[in-house]
Amino acid sequence: MIEARPLPTRQRPVAQSAITGGIGESVKRPEGVLKVSGDFPYSSDLWAEGMLWGSTLRSPHPYARIRAIDTTQAAAMPGVHSVLTHADLPGRKVYGLEIADQPVLAFDCVRYQGEAVALVAAEHPEQARRAAAKVRVDYEVLEPLSDPELAISGEGPSLHEGGNILRRLRIEHGDQNARAEVVVSGEYVIGMQDQAPLGPESGLAVPDGEGGVDLYIATQWLHVDRDQLAAVLALPPERVRLTLAGVGGAFGGREDLSMQAHACLLALRTGRPVKIVYGRQESFVGHVHRHPGRLRYEHGADRNGRLVYVKASIVLDGGAYASSSTAVISNACSFASGPYAVPNATIEGWVVYTNNPPCGAMRGFGSVQNCFAHEAQMDKLAQALGLDPVELRLRNAFQTGDTLVTGQPLEGPIPVAELLQRVLSMPLPETADASRRDLRELPGGVSNTTHGEGVRRGVGYAAGFKNVGYSEGFPDYSTARVTLRVVEGRAQAEVHTASAEVGQGLVTIQGQIAHTELGVSQVVVLNADTRVGSGGSSSASRQTYITGGAVKTACEAVRQRVLEMARSELGDQAGSGENWRLADDSLIDTSGRTVIDLVTLLGDEVVSEEREYRPRPTEPLDERGQGKAHLQLAFAAHRAVVDVDVELGLVHVVELATAQDVGKAINPLAVEGQLEGGAAQGLGLAIMEQVLVKDGKIMNPSFTDYLIPTILDMPPVRMEVLELGDPRSPYGLKGVGEPPAISSGPAVLAAIRAATGREVSHVPVRPDDLLDL
Amino acid sequence: MNGEVREADQVWPGESLLWFLRERLGLPGAKNACEQGECGSCSIYLEGNLVCACLVLAGQAQDSDIITVEGLAEPGALHPIQAAFLETGAVQCGFCTPGLIVATHDLLRRNSEPSDAQIKEALAGNLCRCTGYAKIIAAVHLAAGRLVLAP
Repeated sequence: MIEARPLPTRQRPVAQSAITGGIGESVKRPEGVLKVSGDFPYSSDLWAEGMLWGSTLRSPHPYARIRAIDTTQAAAMPGVHSVLTHADLPGRKVYGLEIADQPVLAFDCVRYQGEAVALVAAEHPEQARRAAAKVRVDYEVLEPLSDPELAISGEGPSLHEGGNILRRLRIEHGDQNARAEVVVSGEYVIGMQDQAPLGPESGLAVPDGEGGVDLYIATQWLHVDRDQLAAVLALPPERVRLTLAGVGGAFGGREDLSMQAHACLLALRTGRPVKIVYGRQESFVGHVHRHPGRLRYEHGADRNGRLVYVKASIVLDGGAYASSSTAVISNACSFASGPYAVPNATIEGWVVYTNNPPCGAMRGFGSVQNCFAHEAQMDKLAQALGLDPVELRLRNAFQTGDTLVTGQPLEGPIPVAELLQRVLSMPLPETADASRRDLRELPGGVSNTTHGEGVRRGVGYAAGFKNVGYSEGFPDYSTARVTLRVVEGRAQAEVHTASAEVGQGLVTIQGQIAHTELGVSQVVVLNADTRVGSGGSSSASRQTYITGGAVKTACEAVRQRVLEMARSELGDQAGSGENWRLADDSLIDTSGRTVIDLVTLLGDEVVSEEREYRPRPTEPLDERGQGKAHLQLAFAAHRAVVDVDVELGLVHVVELATAQDVGKAINPLAVEGQLEGGAAQGLGLAIMEQVLVKDGKIMNPSFTDYLIPTILDMPPVRMEVLELGDPRSPYGLKGVGEPPAISSGPAVLAAIRAATGREVSHVPVRPDDLLDL
Repeated sequence: MNGEVREADQVWPGESLLWFLRERLGLPGAKNACEQGECGSCSIYLEGNLVCACLVLAGQAQDSDIITVEGLAEPGALHPIQAAFLETGAVQCGFCTPGLIVATHDLLRRNSEPSDAQIKEALAGNLCRCTGYAKIIAAVHLAAGRLVLAP
């Protein structure tokens, strides 16, 4: 039994509490008591008797050939139990989500600064770090390929077999030679964003003494970790058991393996539990980032402001390894023209290998980069036409029956126009005389840089969308086991899935569904692990839909068995048992009368059912980029109000407003949290956050130099949540998590352009961009 | 240490107080998010002062009074600030939460009815990546109201 180190001074205050509310209620998270008490066992809090600490030696070079590695000196350092290199790997030497191209430990060369080269296990983490520094690696340093455009051109070194173009995608929609009366174009550059979850990559691997291993880990997808680990460790999957440890945020950064294989390798080699915890600097090279991109757009419209065509060329820098890049470019291209009906489009996308840090999943997944571009284009077009920017969007807003540029028809409610009208009609914050306002509400804040002089206000709008669930035929499903039994005189439902609670509230949602479906007041959600079938990843805004669907389906199977039990035990003379239902811990008939309570009915019986839920399949895009590639689409619109100090180039976001269709708010409080938190990450990319990379090296791998929004940077979020109901999904719900992070940043950019009159075409916006320097 | 005397042997002189609390005393409430004083996740009281435990050497805390998030409430109970964070939805992944709760405790003992601006200034050293902070501000107000009623 592995848990946070036993607390000797006091008992844990309360165990994980039960879930006592159903869908549509703002049920409190059951693990919340442990979280506010400091007792929730995150992956970096774990401890086991005899535990060693692992440390990773990483490449200082973005690109170098490895001539030799000498571990002699490191192995002789005090406290050291094991030093491992690629030569010690028992199984497959590479891993990856879509393409296995990333070395577990570098063998012939390193392709990015920070690539793992050797591992050490020692008694104390400082001993491990010092020993790792004594591993001698003989590098032949090579000139890095750091320019994605160069990678496309074919010049420079070929970093992987098959060349540097990881995926090229072309979408041809309608007339490829369409012309228009009004044409605007622009080039937009998006910086590299870090997920920056506060919990660092960490976990504990425990050898089972029989050649297998148990890993306690913070991840977004236990089973895909397990399958990659089994190949690397040369073990059958059932001998690699994963249990979800507390996850300190994810946002896409935990989709790829980080320290998982390393901890397991050290544990199996030493026969001791091994814990690895990254520091913040290591975290910046230990996970993939949001792709930086260069996007070139041309929009054509008629004089009435109807879009005629969109041409876009999107280049994303995938960095050294593939990760989920091929899926990210698919999204970036599918949604390149925004939530607007456009009869003709040519979209060309490239994602390429370079020697920059690997890029992959981050909240929004390809839809964030293109939203900055298509929304800037819409504003530019509105200006060229002399139209209000929102009016232009309303004239072109997607409606049910329109098609994506991929030819996929839009089904169900498509409320783009309504969302825009909602944010447009929300009251604006007061425009108090800037000279009389609290310093803390002005650009520059407590730095006391202005008392209102030089401050200009701007308002901007943006709309965005993306898919929910996996795309292009990637199998999407989740598994749930639901058990109903009597525990201490009460009927209790237990829900077990392998789906990762990363902070979004999935544990609560699963419990709420069981509470509603089984009418049981006592619901317990078991910790996620690989003893039950895959739940898929906590990404693509999919878990409430897909795992929620699995829990609902398993509950229905349990309910069916309970009803059958009741009918056979009670004798159903009138045949009315067909319409009995479960509520209030009892069986209720159609007149609302209690037939029997569950405790009496169940007795010692345990009713347990495991079910998979599979939504309708998607299909790959063809050679013209056409196909029904996406499961569900989710939309949001944002309005931003900013104050800009035009003398210093400082920006203060005064307010964000948003409207989003969530189909059905399963937990309204959690929905609000997603809308607020996602907007903060969009604001961050718009004006603060960038992983600065120079010649392949990260210049700012710390929270001192990589700035995420603080409580002073983040304004209130005014919101309206629509529940329009998708006829195909469980309860009509739509995925919630990503749309808030898509159009929020572009709205801030639009507001900055409105305040300054400047054509700001890259993010994040820096003070220099707003001044004549 | 939360009202008790605690000792540990063979402590390496370079160990931070944060590591000492987490790994030697088994008190994981102070969190290891940046370990360079930028995020506030390891906020604790040292001799009554709010500090980042990652910026203090364990040896510097010899003979000092320390209170961590684990020591704010009576065993088996929640402090009103902890309850307020839970009720308002101010907790998502929760990694920043213990630090924010200690920082809020420090704010409310100095200012029992803080304004939004005062809350923002006091909590500006605590990073949260999940919530967008709105519910944290709501939690501070809720806790302040309850503490005034029942100090």
